[in-house]
Amino acid sequence: MNADELLVGGRAPAARHLLSIADLDRDGILEIMRLSDAFAEVSERPIPKVPALRGRTVATVFMEPSTRTRLSFETAAKRLSADTMTFTAASSSTVKGESLRDTVETIDAMGIDAMVIRHHSSGAPLMVTHWIKASVINGGDGTHEHPTQALLDCYTILETLAARRGGEAPADLKGLRIAIVGDIKHSRVARSNVLAFSALGAEVLLVAPPTLMPASLEGWPVNATGDLDSTLGELDVIYLLRIQSERLGEVLLPSLEEYHWRYGLTRERAAALKKDALVMHPGPMIRGVEISPEVADMPASLVTRQVRNGVLVRMAVLFHLLGSGEI
Amino acid sequence: MRIAHEIVERNRGLSDVAVVGLQTGGVPLAERLAAMLEEIEGTAVPLGSIDVAFYRDDIGLRPVLPEEVTDLPFDITGRVVVLVDDVLFTGRTVRAALEALAARGRAGAVQLAVMIDRGHRELPIRPDFVGKNLPTRRDELVEVSEQGVTIGDLVAADDDRGAR
Repeated sequence: MNADELLVGGRAPAARHLLSIADLDRDGILEIMRLSDAFAEVSERPIPKVPALRGRTVATVFMEPSTRTRLSFETAAKRLSADTMTFTAASSSTVKGESLRDTVETIDAMGIDAMVIRHHSSGAPLMVTHWIKASVINGGDGTHEHPTQALLDCYTILETLAARRGGEAPADLKGLRIAIVGDIKHSRVARSNVLAFSALGAEVLLVAPPTLMPASLEGWPVNATGDLDSTLGELDVIYLLRIQSERLGEVLLPSLEEYHWRYGLTRERAAALKKDALVMHPGPMIRGVEISPEVADMPASLVTRQVRNGVLVRMAVLFHLLGSGEI
Repeated sequence: MRIAHEIVERNRGLSDVAVVGLQTGGVPLAERLAAMLEEIEGTAVPLGSIDVAFYRDDIGLRPVLPEEVTDLPFDITGRVVVLVDDVLFTGRTVRAALEALAARGRAGAVQLAVMIDRGHRELPIRPDFVGKNLPTRRDELVEVSEQGVTIGDLVAADDDRGAR
């Protein structure tokens, strides 16, 4: 992008993107955490809205079904006073055969400042950055990454630890042992979280049956095991991933019952956890598969907190990309 | 100290007065002012702080980041809010602060107390209580610390820095 293109409509410097947690280093992640704190205060006001992004437009382009991520981004944009535009694949020209490139170029031409994109192909958001002028935010691409999920997970852990310490937030996640359990192989949430948790100093353990573990973990700062039960007592955080029933058809799992029996967070396994261990899940939860219904409702479960924090962290990301002038 | 007495005099007491510091320079001054007011009148005044980053009019033109989380633990509706900042320069920070306050309720009145008024206003805003008028050049940088006031040259042409 050359210098002339940087000033669109007399405002804003270069379009900046969030495609991967790797786009932020440790300091970048902590900056988002700090901004999220400021937006937590905003969200508790009687009128939970600030004029920071007045006049900006955020488009959400979701080529894959999603309710919470899309609604979370739209709520975040509205609380910043930005206008929002929604594009979902089912109700649009995609069904008429329009290509992704034509779709995003059309939306960009309407004059938007940021595009949140979810796509079933890994790397689609990166392609989109070559085609449009607006900032691109990855809302989940294939089996690649889901960076805002990882940021809200980090925020939720830090916030919970801060509340336990009487309000004093820890500097990072150093000293914590975090297990990510489930379909690691196909999980963009796992990929983003491995990067984010380890960038903040946590020790990450991947737990999955061999069929759901990536072929190679080379270069990942993690340990891996297939045995959940032997690790339970050492975990500070247990992060459960959704088991997609479509994997059954790929012969990667014999049955959901067997998965629940070996890897599901049952009442017995929950009892084997440390007393203060945190239970997290990105949603949507399938009760009776990766988590037992009664465990999902235990106080240790942060699932609804994660959803609430999703809005704050996405406000922080939008403000960071469109407002603060720095990344 | 003189400002504290002026505030008491102007408002005929402190019954409805609250003191709010602007992040970050105004916050320690607001704390000192609140302590002095308590000393003079014998009653504590509500004390808060606000960060105006999300209300600035230069978002997207330069790096704007909140310094601290806003802390306004009382309802401002009907109160006389005394905004406190260290240096009054273009007036843009105060404008943002007025908008931030308005989002929280309808204050009975808003008054402005500043340690230094260095001139160069870009908006029709004037202080009610001034520690000292300090004539400056536009490109100078004014800094208020516990030790006193320093005037330096701006290295980069970043006008707004001096106003914060």
